[in-house]
Formats: sequence, structure tokens, C-alpha cells
Amino acid sequence: MHPITTVHYLFLSAALLLVGTIGVLTRRNIVVILMSIELILNAVNINLIAFSRQLGNVNGQVFAIFVITDAAAEAAVGLGILIALFRNKETVNADEVDILKW
Amino acid sequence: MNFQFTQTDFFVLRPAILLCLFGCGILITDFFIEARQKFFNALTALIGRGFTGYALWQQQSYLKANGLPELVGLSGAITIDGFGIFFNWIFLIATALAIIISTRYLEIEQEHHGEYYALLLFAQTGMVFLATATELVTLFIGLELMALSFYVMVGFLRGDKRSNEAAVKYLLLGAFSSGMLVYGFSIFYGIANSTKLADIAQAISSRDPKDPMVFLALATTAVGLLFKIAAAPFHMWAPDAYEGAPTTITAYLSVASKAASFAFLLRIFQSPLASVRPTWEPLLGAVALLTMTLGNLAAISQTNIKRLLAYSSISHAGYILLGLVSGNQTGLKGIAVYILVYTFMNFGAFTMVVAMRNQKIIGDDIDDMAGLMVKRPAYAVLMLIFLLSLAGIPPTAGFLGKYYIFLSLIQTQHYYLAVFAVLYVAVAAYYYFRIVKVMFASEAVERGEISDSAGIRVALAVSAVFTLLIGVYPEPFLEMAQRSLFASLR
Repeated sequence: MHPITTVHYLFLSAALLLVGTIGVLTRRNIVVILMSIELILNAVNINLIAFSRQLGNVNGQVFAIFVITDAAAEAAVGLGILIALFRNKETVNADEVDILKW
Repeated sequence: MNFQFTQTDFFVLRPAILLCLFGCGILITDFFIEARQKFFNALTALIGRGFTGYALWQQQSYLKANGLPELVGLSGAITIDGFGIFFNWIFLIATALAIIISTRYLEIEQEHHGEYYALLLFAQTGMVFLATATELVTLFIGLELMALSFYVMVGFLRGDKRSNEAAVKYLLLGAFSSGMLVYGFSIFYGIANSTKLADIAQAISSRDPKDPMVFLALATTAVGLLFKIAAAPFHMWAPDAYEGAPTTITAYLSVASKAASFAFLLRIFQSPLASVRPTWEPLLGAVALLTMTLGNLAAISQTNIKRLLAYSSISHAGYILLGLVSGNQTGLKGIAVYILVYTFMNFGAFTMVVAMRNQKIIGDDIDDMAGLMVKRPAYAVLMLIFLLSLAGIPPTAGFLGKYYIFLSLIQTQHYYLAVFAVLYVAVAAYYYFRIVKVMFASEAVERGEISDSAGIRVALAVSAVFTLLIGVYPEPFLEMAQRSLFASLR
């Protein structure tokens, strides 16, 4: 049995970052894009907690709580803006949001 | 570790505390104000500006009186130095100008709410932290406070599809870039076992520069920061957000948010990442070149003046980055001068677009300015000053900013970059003069009436005076820029 080390967590978080980035770049539903952004922020949290545990330093956990708070605020503002868009355009598809173009 | 909130901490935080108090105060007093008297909110916000300015001035004179290079508060989370104070003055001026041009515009848009002014103040609070924080969590929270306020302000015209769309695009790309940035921060923390920039700088300099962890942290942080300053290839949000946002917010966004992001970027690249300079210098050089190319070439074909100015501000970000690429004293002084000058000239140009908005038209088409010279010569001449300065033609201030950047490039033997930077000035002159031609040579059109207010006139006058003053009498401003450099470079 190999113990689970910090490196394992770093790979997990890198994978989450990758999944989140691909999600932002390829998905067309704006709600799903917002969820992909949450994935990226959760990758950050895993990193911070893993380092915090490895280094025996509580700063990382405090940072993670701030990141979670920020994710919540971002989701609130994001969904609010999305509702305003939906009222006017009746769509949450990123491809149909295309008035501004050169 | 026993932590106590000391006098110094309060002194260091006072501008931010005052901004927060006034922001919350506006949200409360807004309930008691009738719809026709919303301009009282603007007045409250301006008074808040006065108090913040006083607190800032006290900090500045405290540093000067005691001969200190910096004042550290909150166990090293915040450092008040010449750099932070310089940028704080820019934010203060930009926010004050944004407040006074907004009242009339919001009345025309019929979206005159108190939250608007509160959000302006909250955004400025975030900027204050971006310019003075020296610790990762504080920097991150400052960044997000600014960014979240801007997402809401960009989408402030709720009934307008373009404003909705701009807000959605800005939010998605902004949140994504924040995620990238904070991922880099988490790695910094892992490398240094501390969230303080000074500790991180030490940890990175003691590591092998080819360490993959350092590179990963550098890459993700750089992507996040370059998004925020709208450098190519991460610039795509800027034209959309600038075009769709209420024009007053476009003016504020293009000036204050860019200055704050640059303050942030300069601190990160010069403090924790200073020792891996050989890795990022060519990278930033390439980004700066690409940014100038894309910004200038895309601006040529624009017919919407807000979009044109958006692309022009992208190219200006490229010029400012060049100062960091050369990285010597001239270059960094050039950055400070450039950002100061850019604040006034870009704000002036956007204020003209704000003035073009009237009951009938949005006023963001270049042709709406046709024949302005015949109708309102004073406004046409002011716009000419701003455009000349944006193009970098002496004796306006824009020339001075570019001069120092070019000089620093030559001093550090970046000849190729210097050649391209000079060539693009000619391209930029072409599209700025297209606006001039429309104003001075075209037949006047009926719809392009100017709706001015006292606030807009003051903002235009202040912008124009400084655009000219910095150009013809630069000494005090150069001295200010000199004081804004980090102690190690002075």
C-alpha cells in the first residue's frame, strides 16, 4: 500500500484545473461554464489544503475559506447577471449571445 | 502569535475603511431619497472621496515627515509605500471623475440608482488593496472586490441587451482568469510556506529557476494577470465589455481597472517573480508585441467609437508592458508616467462619448460626431487634444509616456521591440485621425446633439488641463513617478 502524499493531491487538483479549463472553453451553456469555473476554484482549494497539511501551516486553510466565499459571491453575481440576460433574450446559450461583434 | 489591532494598522487601512463606510452609507441613505434627487448620492460619494483623499494625504505626509520608505501594517499584509500612494491617487481621481460624469448620463438612461455610486466606491476599495497589499489573500480579496463590482456595473442597464451580454462575457472570462490566478497563488503558498510576497520572493530565489513548480506558478499567475490588463491573446473580453457597458462605466473600467491591474502585475512581477526574470522577460516581450499588433490593427476597421477606444486601450496596455520588459529605472518610471497620462487622456475621450449620448441616440457611432467643429467647436477641440495625446504627438502628455518607454527599450538593447513600437504609433495615428476627420471635415448631422452637464464640463476640463500640463511642464509629475518606484530601484 502506498500512502497518499501531497503529490497525489497536486495531480488531482491539476486534473480538476484541466477539466474546468476545457469546460470553460468548450461548453456552450453559460450555467455549465459557471460550474466549470467553480471546478477551477475547487482545484485551488485542494491545492491549498494539501499544502497546508504538508507544511503544518494554517494559512492555506484560511485562504481556502476565502476562496470558497469568493466562489459563492461570484456565483451569486453570475446567476443574477444571467437572469437579467435571460429576461431579455430567453437564452443561456453562449453562441446565441452575439450582438457585440465586429 | 498574538495579534492586536494597533494604531498603525488603523492608519494604514483608513482610506479603505472610509470608502467602505461611505459605500454602505449610500446604500442606506438611498432609501430616503426621492427618484428626482438621486444626485445627492453622487454628492455623498464625492464627500467620501474628499475624506479618503485626506487620509491618503496624511499617509503620504507621514512617510515624508519621518523619511520612511514604507509603512507596514497588519503583520505585513499591507505596505504603504510610494508605489501604493501614487496608484491610490490615480484611483481617487478616476473615481471622482466617474462620479461627476455619471449623474446626467444615468438620468438619460433612466437607471439612476444609489447602488451605482456604492459600487463605484466598493470597486475603489478593491483597488486600494490591489495597490497596497503585500500578501496573497489580501490581494486576492481586493481583486475580487473590484472585479465583482465591475461585473455588476457593466451590466447596470438591466433592460439593455448589449449591457447584459457585455456583463455575461466579462463575468465568465473574468471569473475564469481569477481562477487561474488564484491557482498560481496556491502554488506560491506551497513553495514558500507563507502567503507574504517577501517570503515568496525569498523562497523562489533560493530554488532552481527551472523548477516545474515555479514555472507552473509563473504561467498560471501570468495568464490571470494578463487577462486582467487585457493583453493579447487574453484581450477578447475587453472590446465587448467596453462596448456594452454604460459609457461612464466604460470610461472608469478602461482607466481605473487597468491602472489597478497594472499595479497588481507590477508588484507580482517585481517582488515574488523578480528572480525568475530570465524566464518571463522574453514571454512578456512577445505578449506586448502581440498586444500592440492586435490592438492597433483591429482598431483600424472599427466604426463604433467605444470599440475603437477599447482596441486602442489594448494597444496602450502593450506599450505599458514594454516598460516592464526593459525593467530599468527609466522603464518603470515610464510606466508610472504612462499610466498617469493614460488616465486623463482616455478618460477625457470617453467623457466625450458620454456627452454624445442624448435622448435619441446612443452616440457611440463615429459618424455621430460628424461636423462637431461647426456645432460645438469647444468640444471638438477638447476631443482633438485627447486624440493627439492618445496618438502620442507632442506637446501633449501622451508623447511623454511613450518617450520614456522607447528610451528604456533602447537603453536595454531591445531594438526590435522599439522599432515595432514606433511603427505602431503611425498606425494608431491613422485611426485616431479618422475621428478627427469626421469631426472637422464632415457635414454636421442633426442627431449628434451634445447633452452636457456641469459634471461633464468639469471632467473634460480637468482631463484636458492635465493632458496638456503633463506634456508641457512634466517636472513635478516625473518627480511623482520617481517616488513611486520601489525602494530597491530608486
